[in-house]
Order: sequence, then C-alpha cells, then structure tokens
Amino acid sequence: MTKYILKRIVMSIFVIFLIATATFWLCRAIPGGPFDKEKPLNATTIANLNKKFHLDKPVSEQYVDYMVGVAKFDFGPSYYHINESVNDYIDRCFPVSMTLGVWAMIVATLLGIPAGIVSALKQNGWQDNILKVLTTLFVSLPNFVIASGLMYFLGIKLRLLPVSMWGTWKEMVMPVLALAAYPLSYFTKMMKSSMLEVLNSDYIRTAKAKGASNFIVIYKHALKNALLPIITVMGPMFASIITGSFVVEKLFVIPGLGQEFTKSIFNRDYTMIMGLTIFYSILLIASILIVDVLYAVVDPRIKLGKEGK
Amino acid sequence: MAKVLEVKDLCTSFFTKFGEVKAVNHVSFDLEEGDVLAIVGESGSGKSVTSMSVMGLVAKGGKIVNGEINFCGQNLVGLPEKEMEKLRGKEMSMIFQDPMTCLNPVFTIGNQMEEVLKFHHKEMDKQQRHDKMIEMLEKVGMSNPEERLKQYPHELSGGMRQRIMIALSLLCSPKLLIADEPTTALDVTIQAQIMDLMRELSQEINTSIILITHDLGVVASIAKRVIVMYCGQIVENAAIKELYYNPKHPYTWGLLKALPRLDMKENELQPIPGSTPDLLLEMKGCPFFDRCEHAMECCREAQPPYYEVEPNHLVKCWRYHPDFKEEP
Repeated sequence: MTKYILKRIVMSIFVIFLIATATFWLCRAIPGGPFDKEKPLNATTIANLNKKFHLDKPVSEQYVDYMVGVAKFDFGPSYYHINESVNDYIDRCFPVSMTLGVWAMIVATLLGIPAGIVSALKQNGWQDNILKVLTTLFVSLPNFVIASGLMYFLGIKLRLLPVSMWGTWKEMVMPVLALAAYPLSYFTKMMKSSMLEVLNSDYIRTAKAKGASNFIVIYKHALKNALLPIITVMGPMFASIITGSFVVEKLFVIPGLGQEFTKSIFNRDYTMIMGLTIFYSILLIASILIVDVLYAVVDPRIKLGKEGK
Repeated sequence: MAKVLEVKDLCTSFFTKFGEVKAVNHVSFDLEEGDVLAIVGESGSGKSVTSMSVMGLVAKGGKIVNGEINFCGQNLVGLPEKEMEKLRGKEMSMIFQDPMTCLNPVFTIGNQMEEVLKFHHKEMDKQQRHDKMIEMLEKVGMSNPEERLKQYPHELSGGMRQRIMIALSLLCSPKLLIADEPTTALDVTIQAQIMDLMRELSQEINTSIILITHDLGVVASIAKRVIVMYCGQIVENAAIKELYYNPKHPYTWGLLKALPRLDMKENELQPIPGSTPDLLLEMKGCPFFDRCEHAMECCREAQPPYYEVEPNHLVKCWRYHPDFKEEP
C-alpha cells in the first residue's frame, strides 16, 4: 500500500512537470503580453517591467528559472497585482473556494445518495418520477442559471438570503446550492442505476434466501456495492467543483480562486495562469489518488500495488 | 413418513406489458421428510419459478395466483413477509446455480455466514456462532476453516464457494433445502463431489431436498422421485427407477434420448426438435403438441388430464387414456 502510494506520487510529479511545461509554452504562445494595455505604455516602462520580472531573458532561461521555482512551490510574483505573489493569492483565495467546494460536495453526497436509493426502491413510482424530472433538469441547467434563479426567488422575491458576499452561513447557502445542483443530480442518477443493478444481482437473492429483512438487504448488502461507482466519480467530481466554481464565485462576488483564474487569463498574468493551473492539477491528482485508496478500502477485490502483475 | 412440503395446484404468473405469462401452471407435488425430489425440465419450463414460489421470492412482476404451499402444515401462500423471513434460512434454505456471483463480494465469508445465525439464533453468543461456523465448514470439507472465515469470496474457487453456500444454507439445519442447479456452473469432477456432499449432509441432519436441474444424469445419483416439467406444467411424476426404466411421457422419452451415455455410438444423441411454445399464448391443447412425434388430433384440442399409469406414477398425456390404442 505505502509502496503503491509512493509510486503514484512519483508518477504524479512527472505529470505535474509535463503540465507545467505545457502551460509555460502555451502561455508564451498566446499573442499579447502582460503589459499590453489599451493605452500603450511607453517603451522604457515596458523595458523596466520586463527587466523586473526577468522577461528580457531568453525564453529557455525563463523556463528553467520558472521550473526551479515550481519545484520549490514558489510560483513567482503576479505580473498584474503589484507586490503580490501567486502564492499569496492561493493562500488567501483557496480556503474560500475550498470551503465552498467542500460544502457543495457534502450537500451533493448527503442528499444525492439517499435520493438515488429512494428512486431505485420506488422505481416508476411518484417519488421516482419527481426525482427523474428534477435530476434531468439540474444536470442540464448550467449553474449560472440556477444561481440566478436562486438569487431571484430566495434573494429578491422572498428576501430570505443575501444575494452576494461571503462569510456568514446565510451568504453561503445560495452559492453552495448552485454549485451542488449538478453533482447532486448526477449522484442521484448514478446511485439509482447502480442500486437497481445491484438489487438484481445473485447475492441479493442469497441474502433474501438467508432470511435477511428488507432493511438489511438494502442497507447492508446492496448499499456497499452500489456505492462503489459513486466513489469512483467522487474524486474527479470534487476537483471539477473546485476548479469549476468560477462562475458561481463571480455571480455571488465570492473572493475565491476560480474568479482569479479567469481574470488572470485576460490579463496575460503568466505566472498566475501557470501557478493556478499547476495548483489545480495537483488538486485533481491528489483527489483521484485519495479516491483510489478509498476504493481499495471499500472493495476487498481491489488490491493496490498488485496491479499490472 | 411426514410430509414436509405439499404443493397443491400452484399457479404463478408474471404480469408483463404483453400479457400474463403463466410460468407455473397448476403444479402439485409432495415431498416427504428426508426425501430428495428432482425437478427436471428445459430452461423456461418453470422449475426455478416453482422453487422461488415456495421460498416466497418470486421476482418482481410475478405473483402466486392460485394454490397452496403447505410447509410443515403451514400454508405459505399469503403469509406475511415477516413470517416468511423467519422461515427462510432457518426452516428452508436455498443453493443457487452460480456460486461465483451468489456471495456478496464486499463482505467476508465469516460475516455472511454469521448473519444467518444472527437472524435466526439470537440466543447464540459470538463464540457459539464462531464454533458453529467452524463446525459447518469442516463438515463441507473446507481446509483451514478459521482462515476461510476471514477471506472474501473472490479469494476462493467456484467449487469452494459452492461448499460455502452449502455450509451457509445448512447452518440452521433446515427441513427443506432447495438446490437450483447447484452443479451447472462447476467442473464435472467437482459436480460429483458437491452432489455427494449434499446427499450426505442432508441425511445427517434429515433435510429434504428439492433438486432443480436440467441434467437427468445428475438426478440419477441422488433423487428418489423425479418431476418432469414442461411449459409450467408437470408432465410426468415418478419414482426415479420408474422414470428411467419405464418412462411414459413422450417428452421424457425425448429427454432421455438426449442424454449421453457411455455405451452410445457417435451421433446417437437425439435432440428434441423445435423449441418451447410462447407462454403468452393461450394453450388449448397439450403444450408439447408441436414437438411430439406421437401427437394426435385430440392433443391439439384439449389438455390431457393426469393418468396414474402405475401406483404413484402420474403422466399427463392422452396416450394413457383407457380408450387409447396404438396405431398399427
């Protein structure tokens, strides 16, 4: 197990190296530079700025410098925000995005799994039909529509919740719901189909033949098996919630990382783009690794470290 | 001898969007204490549905529409689910066809076996349950029983898993064991071992067995009586020797001809031509009419009744009508 995890970490470092390289060169390939403004700055200023951020050096040298920095988890200074480094930004904004993402994930899991079970047990009943409509709706609606809808009804019409800012629980409810809508519906649908499949399997019949009550059949024998596919998607889903929260962050004026990420691309803030890309990849890789380890804990058939033999 | 099971006029139907499928159609049979009864028939002949009806585990969409199932004097048809749960696993248990998929992959063998005792013997403590499981695993011939309890199903072979299933189903010494094609998914060498094991253990704890199979060869080694089913109906019901030496129904003849034997020359196996009729269609005559070499006009028109050709040998065929004469 430990050996497997170490192996995966080494592989991940290699992957991150590739991602860093690719983003570095792609950033340089985008036309325009960090100091191109609508009103052009004069040549000396640009030269000074370039010199300050070492952009006057040959690109290959910049690449080496940058990679050395990344190896030390130093993503360099922001070209756009004066006197702030990318690391400062991550330190300040990531906890906000993380809180938002974790809550959305908790809501999605805690509601999605029971909803999926209900949907499977009452297949074609009214509960299932309602859930079918709702999940299809929320899987297909983009989250800015959901966010605007929530703002309009809960915020403006009913005046229950504040429509923007971040901090108190009241301010958190709407962004969390808007962000959780997709994974929640997705988990419900997935849990339903997985539960239905498991309930038809032979070992469920065995459990019934042993005299197990309906409750034990569903919550012991079926549930653990039905959860396996959900656990598989949880890692990537979590990463995509965190990285994909920028629309919601923007709409609710939440000072998170996602918002900054989109801004940095327009600003050609090279170090910010690269730093956040690498940071997000580390996040994604880590969450997938955690899920793989978790998977082995739940499913005894999976033995980590023996694969490929 | 006391009757363990008495099935009277059982009808189980599945209600599909195309109509009612009569999977089990007026089936009656008895099973005496300690006996082994074999139910033989093709796929879809209703043998599994009959046994699932007895267990009260008919799949979704299916329903017992008529008849009685008297188990130790208690009618199981219409019995509340809670009562059935108390019987299942304790008084009657079941072994299934595919041991590879019948055990829950995410729980240990010990966990799955212990569950039966937890359900039905609440008075037992942890140590007693453990001892009982070890005893049972030794009985079914598992080496290192302590170790097995901690293992997961995927760590065992098919034959071993079927032994576990047998141990599991006999833990509470049930009065009735239904074995639904218990050896079909196993190697031929393992098949004989499993059959022997089932026979020995059932004699030891005086369990009656219903053995469901489509293999008449398997039947010969273990059963006392054989029921031949076709299209949800019993077409012949006879003691094992009677059935092999004096089969009466043309369908049974067909089954026996389709059975390979050591003294057979090549190409001597004769399949029964055609396939089973669609159970959705209402049948006026004998369901075997289309495939029967000996069919007569009356077979198309009306269902034959049961004729008792010998004591305790029932056949559902017009050939045994008192007025029937073989055409020259």
